[in-house]
Amino acid sequence: MDRRKTRRRAGQAGLLAVAMAVLLSGCSPEYMVLHPVGPVGRQELHLIMLSTVLVLIVIVPVFLLMFYIVWRYRDKPDNKAQYQPHWAHSKVLEFVWWGIPIVVVGILGAATVKTTYALVKPPENNVKPLTVEVVSLDWKWLFLYPDQHVATVNYCKIPTGVPVQFELTSDAPMNSFWVPQLGGQEYTMPGMSMRLWLQADEAGTYYGHGANFTGEGFAHDQFRVVAVGDENFNSWVQQTKQSYPALTQAGYAKLKKPSVMGEATYSAFPKGLFNATVWADGGQYMPGMFKDVPGGKPDKGMSDQGMSDGM
Amino acid sequence: MWEAIRHFGDTYLMWREGPLIWGSDVLILLTIIGIVFALTYLKKWKWLWREWLTTVDHKKIGIMYLVCALLMFFRGGVDALLIRTQLAEPNNHFLDAEHYDQIFTTHGTIMILFMAMPFIFALFNIAVPLQIGARDVAFPYLNAISFWLFFFAAFLFNISFVFGGSPDAGWTSYPPLTELGFDKGPGENYYLVSLLISGIGTLGTGINFIATILKMRAPGMTMMKVPLFSWAVLASSIVILTAFPALNVALALLLFDRLFGAHFFTIAQGGNPMMFINLFWVWGHPEVYIVVLVAFGVYSEVVATFSRKEIFGYKSMVASLMAITVIGDLTWVHHFFTMGAGPDVNSFFAVSTMAVGIPTGVKMFNWLFTMYRGRIRLTLPMLWTLAFIVCFAIAGATGVMLAAAPADYQYHNSYFLVAHFHQALIGGVVFGMLAGMYYWWPKMFGFQLDERIGRWAFWLFNIGFYVCFMPQYALGFMGMQRRMYTYPADLGWGTLNFISTIGAYIMGLGFLFIVVQVLYSIKYGKRDVTGDIWDARTLEWSLPSPVPHYNFAVIPHVTDRDMWATLKEQGRTGELRPAASDIRPIHMPNNSARPFLLGVCFFFAGLGFVFEWYVLAALALLGVAVCLLARSFELHDEHDLSADEIRRTEALSGRL
Amino acid sequence: MSIMTLERPRAHEDAEAKTIEYSQPSESLKIFGFWLFLATDMLLFACLFATYVLLHTHTAGGPTARTLFDVPGFEAETFILLTSSFTGGIATYEMQHQRSKSVAVWLFITILLGLAFIGLEVQEFIHDVHIGATMSTSAFLSAFFTLVGTHGCHVSLGIVWMAAILIQVLRWGITPQTARKVFNVGLYWHFLDVVWVFIFTVVYLTGMVM
Ligand code: HEA
Ligand code: HEA
Ligand code: CUA
Ligand SMILES: [Cu+2]
Repeated sequence: MDRRKTRRRAGQAGLLAVAMAVLLSGCSPEYMVLHPVGPVGRQELHLIMLSTVLVLIVIVPVFLLMFYIVWRYRDKPDNKAQYQPHWAHSKVLEFVWWGIPIVVVGILGAATVKTTYALVKPPENNVKPLTVEVVSLDWKWLFLYPDQHVATVNYCKIPTGVPVQFELTSDAPMNSFWVPQLGGQEYTMPGMSMRLWLQADEAGTYYGHGANFTGEGFAHDQFRVVAVGDENFNSWVQQTKQSYPALTQAGYAKLKKPSVMGEATYSAFPKGLFNATVWADGGQYMPGMFKDVPGGKPDKGMSDQGMSDGM
Repeated sequence: MWEAIRHFGDTYLMWREGPLIWGSDVLILLTIIGIVFALTYLKKWKWLWREWLTTVDHKKIGIMYLVCALLMFFRGGVDALLIRTQLAEPNNHFLDAEHYDQIFTTHGTIMILFMAMPFIFALFNIAVPLQIGARDVAFPYLNAISFWLFFFAAFLFNISFVFGGSPDAGWTSYPPLTELGFDKGPGENYYLVSLLISGIGTLGTGINFIATILKMRAPGMTMMKVPLFSWAVLASSIVILTAFPALNVALALLLFDRLFGAHFFTIAQGGNPMMFINLFWVWGHPEVYIVVLVAFGVYSEVVATFSRKEIFGYKSMVASLMAITVIGDLTWVHHFFTMGAGPDVNSFFAVSTMAVGIPTGVKMFNWLFTMYRGRIRLTLPMLWTLAFIVCFAIAGATGVMLAAAPADYQYHNSYFLVAHFHQALIGGVVFGMLAGMYYWWPKMFGFQLDERIGRWAFWLFNIGFYVCFMPQYALGFMGMQRRMYTYPADLGWGTLNFISTIGAYIMGLGFLFIVVQVLYSIKYGKRDVTGDIWDARTLEWSLPSPVPHYNFAVIPHVTDRDMWATLKEQGRTGELRPAASDIRPIHMPNNSARPFLLGVCFFFAGLGFVFEWYVLAALALLGVAVCLLARSFELHDEHDLSADEIRRTEALSGRL
Repeated sequence: MSIMTLERPRAHEDAEAKTIEYSQPSESLKIFGFWLFLATDMLLFACLFATYVLLHTHTAGGPTARTLFDVPGFEAETFILLTSSFTGGIATYEMQHQRSKSVAVWLFITILLGLAFIGLEVQEFIHDVHIGATMSTSAFLSAFFTLVGTHGCHVSLGIVWMAAILIQVLRWGITPQTARKVFNVGLYWHFLDVVWVFIFTVVYLTGMVM
């Protein structure tokens, strides 16, 4: 009997140690999701916190109840606790545990719906969003700046404090664009253009990675997002225009071939490359994606996260 | 000639790929030689054929499912240990990307389709007919066909690693990555064909058990007297019926794309990969309830038995099973919240997903209050059930967190998700299957599994579990993606991954203890002479262990929900013993080789499609047709078991 | 011994009141199982219909529904299949009245109609392939051939099955077992007919007006 008890103790101690390790290190900045630097990530973190608290409210009592019951009603000859083998109904109790989860789900559901709608569009304020077009390739990320006319591979420079409207597509298998410290991810899919807005409030370099499996080189599908002050961003654009080669159609064809590579910078890129890519990969089958023919501007993308095709 | 052999060796046997393949080759070869040798030496070929390969007895089919499930658990577990070994430290090169990708794909696919599924079918077969007072399932012949389709599908899937290459695009197998343009090898075909074959068999099982439970109950057993395990099987079978057609269609369409140049999912010609993703999850999400509902059924039996008490809130239990069945079919989009379905769709599916937590919670509380005011015996099935309550409550909690759509933008495809689903699949399903196995083992084999070794296995597996998967939640918050074969050193992921790997090995050790426990107990396990070793409550425990092949000499008339417990309480158990004069001859279905042969034909047809050897495929499909026609023309597929023989058998077990 | 009963009393009691295919519990059970199978088959077609509806405008520069479909062709197919459903129904009716010869005749007619239907469909497909409209031309055609082809495969299978049952009826007469088979194959046939009505509307009629 004693042996069993010590064994259980050992188990519990082990658990506790793991839990402590997790909790304690939870404060370090390596926990990217818990240390967002922009409004999107912050709202998501808020929801994460809220949901954690709500589920804890339900499951902690479950644990306590279970350990209490198992201890109280264990099968020992000297156990004096009540034994009622036919006690099997209670309207009140059942009402309670149909009721409480309904309330919890109600609260969390409401918060979820609210956040879902809140994150659809960048906030309407005076700051004009920056548009960055993102093409995921095997196994690299191409960033196109339609208004600045520069392009980069595997890193993306953005100004701080400015909402960035990422337009996402893929010219390879599906991938997912994820920069944990800025906010959640969105899929990149060939033949489709999707939108995700993010914003960095602090200057810094943020880890980004493809989050949906794309085959052999997937583990190396990493990129950086570098947030810098407005001034710095503009001077970076100027400098890039002067000191780097342009991305040509042939250059793009080469990029498209499956490979793993480092970072690259281009002073220019073929006009309409993004739309042409979407179109060539079957964009014509996504009604509502383009107002007019190839080369035209996507009128609205598939809304932020909305696709007209129903699927 | 020599050239041809070398070509064959290179392309199909992959001799150039190095030690991993050679090792597997040697292992497989040794196993085959071992089995053949043992059977020949012990002169067991005939026995194998007569008693097992051609059987249509639900109890034997259940045992065969169980054996396969345990073997596949081992195979999937070895995959898991390889995965964890590779991830133990940053920049590791124990496995290369190609093999790692194959291994996590086969790990996931095998664990869900070739471990969890046969495991639940094992329990379906072992318990349901006995619980509801039936002689067999509704369609014993179909039952055998389902088993052999599963068996040969699993076989086909398993040989892929050493014959042509395994699939490597994840168990979800999304196009366009799995289209010919990106994935030329036969691996993906293996995945599609073998899942299709086992999928057909699974539909057969679903139909079979719905019919069994609705139509084969003993007289007097109204639906509100059906034991909760059988209710759970009914719920699970209904989900099978509604979900599996979607999987089969998804697989077939992708196969058409790959083999016949169709364009369902190739975007440039107008295909739409998101259609695959929808079809896949229209099956894939309900699939997790298919397996977990059965585990819920096991817990209901175990908790009542080992608390020596009626189940609390029986009607709520039934209602919640049905609620999960229905709501579970309406949540699939939560697997791709981040695929741009728009806020309306995401909101709907977020809330519907969370709503599943409500009936599940009701079950949790009813189990707890079944124990309340009971007398709790901490036997192995009960230990696993308690472990389940803790583990699954956490799994459900993280599931509800995932269901908050905007938050899922941060969890999706990260290790947070990996931790969630292992906690649900292991804490919910594996624990439940083990509890069920321990619970019904004496009924199947007539002896109990050793408790002491079992406790070692229990603690190792549980401690290993938390050490392995708790750190993965943290890794998710650290931004680690799933399906990376390696990761850089500078992100601080190393330590937690290392801990996780240690946990995996502890679980492996726990599994080894189970193996030891089984081997030890065959020889030394406590024999079950009463047929009611747990002092349990439902009809199957009124029969001797192991159960005679006709199950009930005389079908009982059911008057109570926990019939056996009531009779014991009132000292009326004698009433369930057959009187010699009541025993009549029983129709028993004949054994048949055809289900097995049908499986063989499907295997070769599958192989033919995998490698596009269409002549082979056509011949094998012809074989299928011949088998089916032969069955159609079979006039007498039953024989009579004489009353005398039944009396003799009953007398032998001391019941007459 | 009050709680023990003999073999399934419920089934025996009301055996008289039922038609022959339901007269034995083991056979009526098989009919129930067959209904369940039809439910899964219906879901299978539902998935294929959903696929078709999603892809039917995705023609990738290939032929569209309107240019491809041949009105007299599919009207004839529809007419033949509807008729065969009727003759199949008669076979079931005759079976319930234990007239095995007549059952055989009506099954035979149904088979012939089924063959005619398949013949026309194969002809239609061959023609399509001839003008370059194949499975690999566009997503629309992949979906079209798969949906209509799956139905065609079902019909072909039904023909073989019905032929087997025809032989059994001739050989063994109308027994509870053969009666159940005739009944099930009849159900199957009606089911395929209903599916065809959907194909007719969703694929052909919609294709013509678009
Ligand atoms: C047996 C397996 C199983 C089970 C039972 C569940 C159960 C649940 N799962 Fe899980 N899930 C998986 C296996 C399982 N899951 C797998 C394999 C994947 C990933 C596949 C892949 O991508 O490879 C996945 C992925 C997955 C996702 C997708 C995430 C993503 O891809 O980004 C989501 C999102 O909503 C989710 C949610 C849920 C929820 C809400 C439940 C609920 O059913 C849980 C309900 C239970 C409880 C809530 C606990 C008990 C209740 C109480 C104690 C009282 C009431 C509590 C509250 C009201 C909070 N799961
Ligand atoms: C029921 C389902 C189930 C079960 C039981 C398990 C069990 C385990 N899983 Fe599994 N897992 C999945 C279903 C399951 N998994 C799915 C669906 C995926 C997703 C796949 C995908 O992405 O497509 C996945 C993915 C997955 C990953 C993520 C891989 C990645 O994304 O890169 C990891 C990583 O840690 C992992 C680990 C484990 C471990 C350590 C166990 C342990 O429980 C295993 C316990 C160990 C044993 C039972 C071993 C017994 C064997 C021995 C003791 C012999 C030792 C011999 C030698 C080493 C030669 N699994
Ligand atoms: Cu994504 Cu349309
Ligand atoms: Cu799900």
